[in-house]
Amino acid sequence: MQVPAHFGYDRATSIDHALRLLARHGDQARVIAGGHSLIPMMKLRLAEPEALIDINGIDELRGITVSGDELLIGALTRHADLLSSAVVGEHFPVLHDAERVIADPVVRNFGTVGGSLCQADPSEDLSAAFVALGATGVIRGAAGSRTVPLREFHLGPYETAVAPDELLVEVRVPIRPGGSSAYTKVERRAGDWAVAAAGAAVWLGPDGAITDAGIGLAAVGAEHFTAPEAEEFLRGRAGDDAALVEAGKIAAQHCDPQADQRGPADYKRHLAGELTTRALRRAVARASGQEA
Amino acid sequence: MPNIRVTVDGVRYDDQVEARNLLVHYLREQLGKVGTPIGCDTSNCGACTVLLDGLSAKSCSVLAVQADGHDITTIEGLAADGRWHPLQRAFHEHHALQCGYCTPGMILAAIDLLRENPDPSDEEIREGLEGNLCRCTGYANIVAAVRAAAAEIRAAAAAPAPRASADPVPSAAAAAPSVEATP
Repeated sequence: MQVPAHFGYDRATSIDHALRLLARHGDQARVIAGGHSLIPMMKLRLAEPEALIDINGIDELRGITVSGDELLIGALTRHADLLSSAVVGEHFPVLHDAERVIADPVVRNFGTVGGSLCQADPSEDLSAAFVALGATGVIRGAAGSRTVPLREFHLGPYETAVAPDELLVEVRVPIRPGGSSAYTKVERRAGDWAVAAAGAAVWLGPDGAITDAGIGLAAVGAEHFTAPEAEEFLRGRAGDDAALVEAGKIAAQHCDPQADQRGPADYKRHLAGELTTRALRRAVARASGQEA
Repeated sequence: MPNIRVTVDGVRYDDQVEARNLLVHYLREQLGKVGTPIGCDTSNCGACTVLLDGLSAKSCSVLAVQADGHDITTIEGLAADGRWHPLQRAFHEHHALQCGYCTPGMILAAIDLLRENPDPSDEEIREGLEGNLCRCTGYANIVAAVRAAAAEIRAAAAAPAPRASADPVPSAAAAAPSVEATP
């Protein structure tokens, strides 16, 4: 039987209440949402917060809505809710692709979107998917709200732009016409973290050329989960297979995978390229109506 | 120590728990509900799966204090009126277990799966039970059992029969008398 070390427990009843609790405890507190990464880490003493601030009761942090040309996802939205949302599937199939391979259905019942992003595991899938989509995080602090592009959110393993006295409250995804998206992942077994994974979003002009592209890479040491060189290569090009293969090669060249128990670096680099190309193919096929 | 009020298998409890205690420890050690085993302790294997407000949850990764105000169903609360839940019967009849360690979690995860999808394909059953590991059966008989139970539950729902135990929703909470317990 494993139990975490002793900690204080506070249940926040509103965002402002959570912020007051965070201010009181400083960097010795951790916010707990689904807890399915944090609690196992606490059992292993990889995390030993003095206080847990439970935000599960804050209803204003939950929900998926469309507002103008943005999709707003509350930070406390469960993975299962993102996966079952029709509006998410309609606009951003990359998010449904990713959710199907995040952990397992039982974990997805409680794990949250914001928790996954803030846990900031270098192999985390939604980070790569949101990066491909050009999403923005809304962070609240005592002084008010600020927004941070998810391309600048992840500062390193388990480290984000959210300060100890701040809370990620929402993710905003721009809804842009003429595009689609996809996610591909290789994992050792069902529900595992990725050996490597790639998300892609493309927007096509009337002539079928790629007007814009977004690529997110997980688990391969890509800075901020991004692949800007491959994105830049694709802009303005015809979305033919040679271009998508070349974009994969460029993404593979610029990432920095590390060997670990999930595989050697060269294998992961190979996967980064191949998965980028496959995600791009699927995104292009979807954007041009050839695939659901 | 924090106080919690929970309903477990249809019975209400008022208890004090240590903040760092996991829900599975509360169930096993304070309530004696040892039908919920602890497997990996890291939210991977699913052996400790229970229903929390009807949703499958890995109770090794939920704090007992987080269950305050919520309704929990364990494997011990599934049988009603002396009859097993259709999934319990189907696991027995289809030999869907060998050592049995994964079975409580497997059955509760399957209940959640059938709530969302009353007629799953074999593939959907395998994906739905992805979070529950079995090291004995090779899963084939588990898939067969879930398929059979799903058919029985659908048939019972379609038939205008009197209220049977073949209820897709865990019926214990609704069927059992709500007893105030102060252990």
